Amino acid sequence: MTQTPTIGALFIKAVVLLIAAGLLFAPFLFQDVRALEVAARICVFIVLVASYDLLIGYTGIVSFAHTMFFGFGAYGAAIALKQIGNSWGAITLGTLAGMALSLVLAVAIGLLSLRVKAIFFAMITLAAASVALVLASQLNTITGGEDGITYRVPDLFKPSTKLFTDEAGKVVQIGGVKLNGKLAAYYFVFATSLALFIVMLRMVGSPLGTVLKAIRENEARAEAIGYRVVAYRTFVFCIAALVASIAGSIYAVWLKYTGPDTALSFAIMIDILLMVVIGGMGTMWGAVIGAVLMVMAQYYLRDLMSVAAEATAGIPLLPHLLEPDRWLFWLGIIFILLVYFFPKGIAGTIMDKGRRT
Amino acid sequence: MSLLSLSAMKTSIGQYAVLHDVTLEVPEGGVFVLLGRNGAGKTTTLRSIMGLWRPSPGSVRFRDRDITTMHTADIARLGFAYVPENMGVFGGLTVEENLILATSKGKFDPVRLKRVYALFPALEKFWTKQAWALSGGQKQMLAVARSIIEPRELILIDEPTKGLAPSIIDAMADAFREIAATTTILLVEQNFEFAKALGRDMAVIDDGRIAHRGSMADFVADKQLQDRLLSLSA
Amino acid sequence: MKNLGAMFERFGGVNLLPVLVAIVAFVLIGAPSSWVTLTIAGLAMGMMIFLMASGLSLIFGLMDVLNFGHSAFVSFGAFVAASVLAFFGAWLGGDSVFLSGLALFLAIAAAIVVGLLGGWFFERVIVKPVYKDHLRQILITMGALIVAEQIILAIWGGTPTSVPRPAFLEGAWIVGDVSVEVYRVFAFALGLAVYAALALILNRTRIGLLIRAGVENREMVEALGFRVDRLFVAVFMVGSALAAMGGAMWAGYQTLISPALGAEMMIVVFIVVIIGGLGSIEGTLLGALLVGLLGNYVGFLAPKMALASNMILMMAILMWRPSGLRPAIK
Repeated sequence: MTQTPTIGALFIKAVVLLIAAGLLFAPFLFQDVRALEVAARICVFIVLVASYDLLIGYTGIVSFAHTMFFGFGAYGAAIALKQIGNSWGAITLGTLAGMALSLVLAVAIGLLSLRVKAIFFAMITLAAASVALVLASQLNTITGGEDGITYRVPDLFKPSTKLFTDEAGKVVQIGGVKLNGKLAAYYFVFATSLALFIVMLRMVGSPLGTVLKAIRENEARAEAIGYRVVAYRTFVFCIAALVASIAGSIYAVWLKYTGPDTALSFAIMIDILLMVVIGGMGTMWGAVIGAVLMVMAQYYLRDLMSVAAEATAGIPLLPHLLEPDRWLFWLGIIFILLVYFFPKGIAGTIMDKGRRT
Repeated sequence: MSLLSLSAMKTSIGQYAVLHDVTLEVPEGGVFVLLGRNGAGKTTTLRSIMGLWRPSPGSVRFRDRDITTMHTADIARLGFAYVPENMGVFGGLTVEENLILATSKGKFDPVRLKRVYALFPALEKFWTKQAWALSGGQKQMLAVARSIIEPRELILIDEPTKGLAPSIIDAMADAFREIAATTTILLVEQNFEFAKALGRDMAVIDDGRIAHRGSMADFVADKQLQDRLLSLSA
Repeated sequence: MKNLGAMFERFGGVNLLPVLVAIVAFVLIGAPSSWVTLTIAGLAMGMMIFLMASGLSLIFGLMDVLNFGHSAFVSFGAFVAASVLAFFGAWLGGDSVFLSGLALFLAIAAAIVVGLLGGWFFERVIVKPVYKDHLRQILITMGALIVAEQIILAIWGGTPTSVPRPAFLEGAWIVGDVSVEVYRVFAFALGLAVYAALALILNRTRIGLLIRAGVENREMVEALGFRVDRLFVAVFMVGSALAAMGGAMWAGYQTLISPALGAEMMIVVFIVVIIGGLGSIEGTLLGALLVGLLGNYVGFLAPKMALASNMILMMAILMWRPSGLRPAIK
């Protein structure tokens, strides 16, 4: 831990700081509705991906149930807001309920499958996640089924809410940006995400992080030294699940809508996987970079692809693969190539640069 | 020319070097014993010879041919047999299937089969039994039998007496004496009494390096040397 | 309790579980004719799932490779077979049993060929570079699955494709007040034949001997002079072809297939190999029959619980036997 940081590591940290600054001033820098959506999604996904990185990057186990925990949080908040009303108490209660459910399931899955065989874990979490997805779309009365739930959030976050008014009773503007409820909602997302990220950052820097790294490097040896590997792994799995659950609740408050597509679908799991691998496993910083790149790509790359599809209209099959809906095809290929050639992802690869200088 | 020569082998498992510098000549014929404490690198030496772990740097030469980077299966085809510490018996297969797998053509040479029966009568008795049901000693017999069911140039055996009853150890020693009359055995042992009775030449490995190399007779005579090198096992 | 356990083992041990499930279901369902129909459907489904799962189990057993892309072969098999059947639509509609049988044979053969080729490509290009690295294996095969699904979407489109069936497999036989769908009997018989062939190869041939030994201890097989990695390519290809064949038969069973088919079956296949124990085809068959039967019974008794019931079954069995019902000896 006393190594001097490499030039690459300093560079990555500078980039992350830049991103943080960008997100902090996002409402003022990019003044359209879509940009704010993108920024909020980035905030939530940074937390979600970082919590997944705790698991995959720091313990080397692959879970496919991360969206399930995210979904529990989202549905918890959504159902509470719908049933109880748009109060802060409902958000708190829903968030806690989601966390409790996540914790129970994480403990059960962890103890059952981490003890057996690490490879089973991936399969069992996958099975559990798909059961959760099916249940969510079948339990119409509670979850709204395929349609999901729409609900109102506390008044503070309403776009019509005026945070500050001038003498004329109109909402105060700074640099052309209205200080309204939408802005408050964004800063709610930003602040909670930042807090969660810092907590996780502290965690990997603590002795716990050191133990986790030891287990990842050499499981048998860690066991021999006396670390209870299963207990540690289950613990981390629970922490990751809890953080994912909170991230789900935050996202539910921001979106004012929760459905299978936004909270539980396997597509989100694939997004998380892509983000953590593209950004770089086991660094935390990688989660930031991966989330930013992927979310930006999701929103803006598709436009580019539809242009490309039109340009290649005469060629067989190619326009089909260039359709915006097929963008996962290209991401999949990029993903495979990354795992082959840059298993450390962008952050890991760059951070290794300049080690000898 | 020696049958097998190891030079400056360094073998690492993960980040940890187990062998630091192993240089050793194994002459043709008889039993060559490699002694050493627990964790000294005996098993790693055998595995490095078989290509199950790769020494780097360092080389393994067999009859003056470099086999360092050859595939384990190809090394085996040169006439190597390997009896690992855990015996490597296939529990789900019958005794017969275990042995037939050790033949290159899938057929038994009747003469050799008779010899196996003579050395280890228990195997004939449990011929159609699944190997997991055998006792520890019988499994060890099966493992050794597999290595002699076809003619071999060199048999690598890793601690065959571990956990066996004294009567079985004696039978094993007789078998090894007979086997060594026609081929070369590289025997890794902790049981010094067993090794002493069989070995012609010997070496001691300690902390991943060859600490001593000589004839068994000289080593047996030099109590001081034994105490220094094998204080735990002798 | 001890006596009961001993009796259980004497009468076939875990092999009895499907029978037990069937008996319990008989009591719960009450109506014998429904029970027979459900049991036949369950057995047919179990056999098709067995085809899809057996390859995955052997591939894992032999090389410790877990192929998350395995279900891509199921999808490809289903869609290729559907396309071939559609191409020979005129034969299927005609009166000639020979021609429609030939069309069916060609459809399944095409699926198998696609499985063999795809398996070869997968093993050489996707899996080989990441042997022994589970983390990257899972990630890469998952990536390959995403790409494969997108290719299916690009070729066959996102809307469900209907699958024509030969006329002689349509309809049902009526025995008393029980109706038995012909296709289910066909699927069961074909699956059983494949199982018998696999069991014969594994237990009676030298290749089979090598595979069984390799599943147990790959290193030792290599130390005896056999290249397990070369054997593995063959097993991977055959395993993928079996999955494609299972997919082809599944397509005929469903008669309407969508690209989500692979992902849906993947969950079931995983549950089956975990229940059965990785590395043995006997275990896979057992797991597949259990899941098939349970799925049909629960689907009848409490439709919404169908998928969750498999999950609960898996959890229960893992708590009872952490390595599954009949794993290969390791």
